[in-house]
Formats: sequence, C-alpha cells, structure tokens
Amino acid sequence: MTGFLFRRLVQSIVLLWLVSIIGFAVVHLAPGGPLAQFTLAPGMTQAELHRIAHQMGLDRPLPVQYWEWLRRMLVGNWGRSYQDNEPVLWVIGARLPATLELMIASTLIAVLLGTWVGVMGAVRRYSVFDQLATVGAMIGLSIPTFWFGLVVIYIFSVLLGWLPPGNLHTIGDNSFLDYVWHLIAPAMVLALVTVAIWSRYMRSSMLNVINQDFVRTARAKGLPERVVLMRHALRNALLPMIAIAGLQLPSLLGGALVTETVFTWPGMGRLFLDAIGYRDYPVLMGILMLSAVMVIASNLAADLLYAAADPRIRLQ
Amino acid sequence: MSAVAGASVAVDAGARPGRQALRRFLRHRLAVFGLTTVLALVLACAFGPDVIPYGPLHIDFRARFAPPFAGPHILGADQLGRDLLVRLLMAGRVSLTIGFAAMLISTAAGTLIGAVAGYFGGWIGAALMRFVDAVLCFPQIFLLLALAAFITPNLLTITLVIAATAWMEVARVVEAEMKSLRERDFALAAEVLGAADGFIIFRELLPNAMAPIIVAATLNVARAILLEAYVSFLGYGIQPPTPSWGNMLNNAQEYLVSAPWLAIFPGVMITLAVTGFNFVGDGLRDALDPRLDRG
Repeated sequence: MTGFLFRRLVQSIVLLWLVSIIGFAVVHLAPGGPLAQFTLAPGMTQAELHRIAHQMGLDRPLPVQYWEWLRRMLVGNWGRSYQDNEPVLWVIGARLPATLELMIASTLIAVLLGTWVGVMGAVRRYSVFDQLATVGAMIGLSIPTFWFGLVVIYIFSVLLGWLPPGNLHTIGDNSFLDYVWHLIAPAMVLALVTVAIWSRYMRSSMLNVINQDFVRTARAKGLPERVVLMRHALRNALLPMIAIAGLQLPSLLGGALVTETVFTWPGMGRLFLDAIGYRDYPVLMGILMLSAVMVIASNLAADLLYAAADPRIRLQ
Repeated sequence: MSAVAGASVAVDAGARPGRQALRRFLRHRLAVFGLTTVLALVLACAFGPDVIPYGPLHIDFRARFAPPFAGPHILGADQLGRDLLVRLLMAGRVSLTIGFAAMLISTAAGTLIGAVAGYFGGWIGAALMRFVDAVLCFPQIFLLLALAAFITPNLLTITLVIAATAWMEVARVVEAEMKSLRERDFALAAEVLGAADGFIIFRELLPNAMAPIIVAATLNVARAILLEAYVSFLGYGIQPPTPSWGNMLNNAQEYLVSAPWLAIFPGVMITLAVTGFNFVGDGLRDALDPRLDRG
C-alpha cells in the first residue's frame, strides 16, 4: 500500500510536469500574445512595446520563460494577473467557490437521480422504463449544454418567471434561499450530462452485481426484495462507481465552464474566458494547471478510496 | 509471400462476420434511426439550399423576425430577414464538414500514435502514452478554447484545433489493441518471415483493430460537431456571415425573448446530428464487438 502510494505519487508528479510543458506551450506558442492589447493603445511606440515586453519577460526564449515560470511555481508563486496585477492564486481563489458550488450540486443530482434511474433500469431490464432511460441518456449526452441552458432560461425565466436567468445571487440579498434559487437552473443544466453518464454506468454495474451468488443467497434466505437490492446489491454496485466518479472530473469541469458562460455564473470558467480575451497568460496557466491538478488528484483519490472501500482490491 | 497469404485469410474470415455485424446493426433500432437521421441531414444540407428560393445571405427587411410556419419563410427569418431554413442547411454544410474532417484527422493521428506506441513499446511507447495521459488531464474544452482563441478562425484552422484536442482516446484504444495483437501467432509469423514493421502494422495488425477504431471515430464526429458549435457560439469559431449552427445560436441569444425560434432550431439541428452519430456509434459497438454484452 505504501509502495503503491509512493509510486503513484511519483507518477503523478511526472505527469504534472508533462502537463505544465504542454499547457505552457499551448498558451505561449499562440500568436498575438499579451502585447496585442497594448499595440492599439494611443501613443504607443515600438520602443515602448519592447520595453513592456522586456519588463514582462516576454522577449526571452520560451524555454527560459518556462524555466522561470516553473521555478516560481515550485515555491508557490503563481505570478500576477496581467489584467489587474492581483496574485493569480487570489484571482482564481475568488472564483473557485462558485464553480465548486455548481459542480457539487450537479454531482449530488447525478448521484441521487442517476443511481435511482440506473438501479431501476437494471432491476427491470428491457422494461419500458429501462428503454426510455437508455434513449434519454443518449439524448442527454447529445444535447449541447449551452443550448439546453438557453432553453431552460427561456422556459423557466422568460415564459414562467420561476427562476432567475443567471448570476450567483440577487445583489443585496445574501440569504441561503436566494443562493439556492439561483443555483437550481445551472445545476439542472450541468446535471443533464452527469445524470446521463452516471445512470448508464450505474445500470451496468448493478447488472453485474445482481447476477452474483451472494445476491442469490440473500434472496434464497427469504429476504424481502427491497432489502436484497438496497442492502446487498446496491452497496456492492456502488463500489466501482467511486472510480467512475474520479474519471468524470475533466468532463464535469468542462461542462461547468460551458454552463457558466450561459448563466453569467462568476466561476472559474468565466474567468478562463475573460483571461483568454485579455491574453492573461499567468491566469490562463494557473487555471490550466489547477484543473490538471484537480484531475490527477481525483484519479488518485478514486483509486485509493476504491481500494479502501473494497477489500478485494489489492494495490501493489 | 506468406504474410500476404495471412492477410488474405484474415479478409476471408472477415467477410462472414461482416454480414453478421450488418444484421446486428440493422436489428439495433436506435442505430438505424440514427443512421437515417444522419443521412437525411446530409442530403438536406447538400441539396436543400438549391431548392429553397432564398440565399443564405439574402436580406429581406420586410420579413424581419418572421415567425416560423407562417408565410413564405418556412422556419421564419432572423433579425435581417434572412431565411432561417436555408441558413440552417448552409450552416449544416459547415458544421457537418468540420465534424467529418476533424474526425478523419484526429482518428488518423490517434491511430498512428497509438499504433507506434503499441507496436514498438519500450521507451517510445511509454513516452507517447505518458504524453497522451498528460493531454487528457486537461478538460478538452479548456484546451480547445485556449487554442481556438489565439488563431485566425476559418474552416481549416477550427477543424485542426478540434482534431488536436480529440485524438487521445483513439490513441489509447489503438495502443491497447496493438499490444495484444502483436503477440498473436500471425503477427509473430510475419515478423519471423522478415516483414517490415510498417507492413506488419498497417497490413497485418491494424485491419484486425478496425472495429474499435470505427466506433471511436463515429463518436468523435458527434463530439466534434458539439465542440464546433460551442466554440462558434462563443465567437471564437466560424465567423459570420458564414453561418454555422454555433454562431447562429450566439446571434439568437440576444433575441431569446422576442424571437425564440432563432435559438430553438439551430439547437435542434445540433441535437439531431449529434444524437444520430451517437446512436450509430452505439449500434456499431454492439454490431462489431459481439463479446461486449452491454445489456
């Protein structure tokens, strides 16, 4: 176990280093660069541009810039935003809670609703419900999230007036209920995809379990079907879902970005788009690195949790 | 010589399973529905604009915000009085072309990288696959936007950028297949006979790994269409006045209250196309890989 943990940690660090090179290359090889915004400023001269470039360290060769960036990163200095000169970690930290709120809410919906749909589908395999759920999940995965967001806004905000069309909360109203009220629509939209994925995996996991001997034994003992399903089958079917949950993080993060753009949700996704528009390299790099760290950490955590929850799994 | 004979045997054996696979595919009702939808969309986008009496850029101010299903504009008209249906079909040409082209490029790249990594293994394979792992650590949309925002957007560059963020899964699938296939007797036989690496990879191994590649490629078309729509929706993709389903939605966002059909129809087109390809991909998976009982 300790050996496994150590090896996985080393692997993760190597992976992170690769990730940082790719991220740096993607951001810095792009034409335009952060200087593009200064070129249009009134009274800008070529000499002045050079001076700014030198000041920002942009005139040095890319490997040198990367090395500088890496060295500062390693001591926890993520740089400062080009936009308002705030520390990158502080800028991202201000936006992260909104994104996490959205992700957690839609994950909760996915786990509750998706588990129910998946279990029902597996128990009544090939029933009308099961077939509808299959088709529904497929369509859910195919609907563009941002368009679904527009449709939800049109129906629930424009036509019915039940839900607000965006934002984290009403200005001047900090009550918990107001936050929840604003969260419903975007969480619903992001949950469309997560519920679809979760219910599919849940169904096949449950199908694997209900044909096993211990479930037959439980039935043979005369336990009520509900107890057999909930206490025996579901508990075991949920185990592999831990690993699935870990693997879904990249698509959940991507989905959150898309949802945020439609609902003017002040999270990391909106920050990312703003940073792109402003060529804010440090913030772009910060968000790319943070999301990669989250992805790698969640994969590792899923592996460990899975092993801890299921004694049949031996990590070596 | 014998390597060639081996290949032809593989093809012979492939003929009958091929017909079986076709039968399994046709029994898959959703897959047939998906295929029909895709074909209908392709045909409509190819020939529809010639039938409709308006051009996609034809401006008719008297028809501004004409509602759908009333009057000469079947699906209504936009804020400049341009016919929505013909714009949807022209946009379909753009979006479907990008979807197909990005699929071809990303599948070719993924297959090549996966094949090299799986066949040669060793440090080349390890390095390539760690690179794949690293790229997969980024949410695809983050990577796509970071690339798309910095290039001059046109049909070619958007296609390339989408392909650049979509080849990794194919590479993983192909690598796994190659690793197991190259230990099989027919591959070893070819190697013993002195066949070149390229010959073994492309003529012996890859034909036997086609099933998962085809499935992944089909699902990649669906994903590419979604990604193009999103990038164009944000304004970093196909630029107006050339219509794409994504940039039509971007434009429609402003008129969500007064002219909701401008937002509804492009979304329906995207959903139809993506659902179609996803159903086909699902059906192909069931048809080509009978080992997988996915219930």
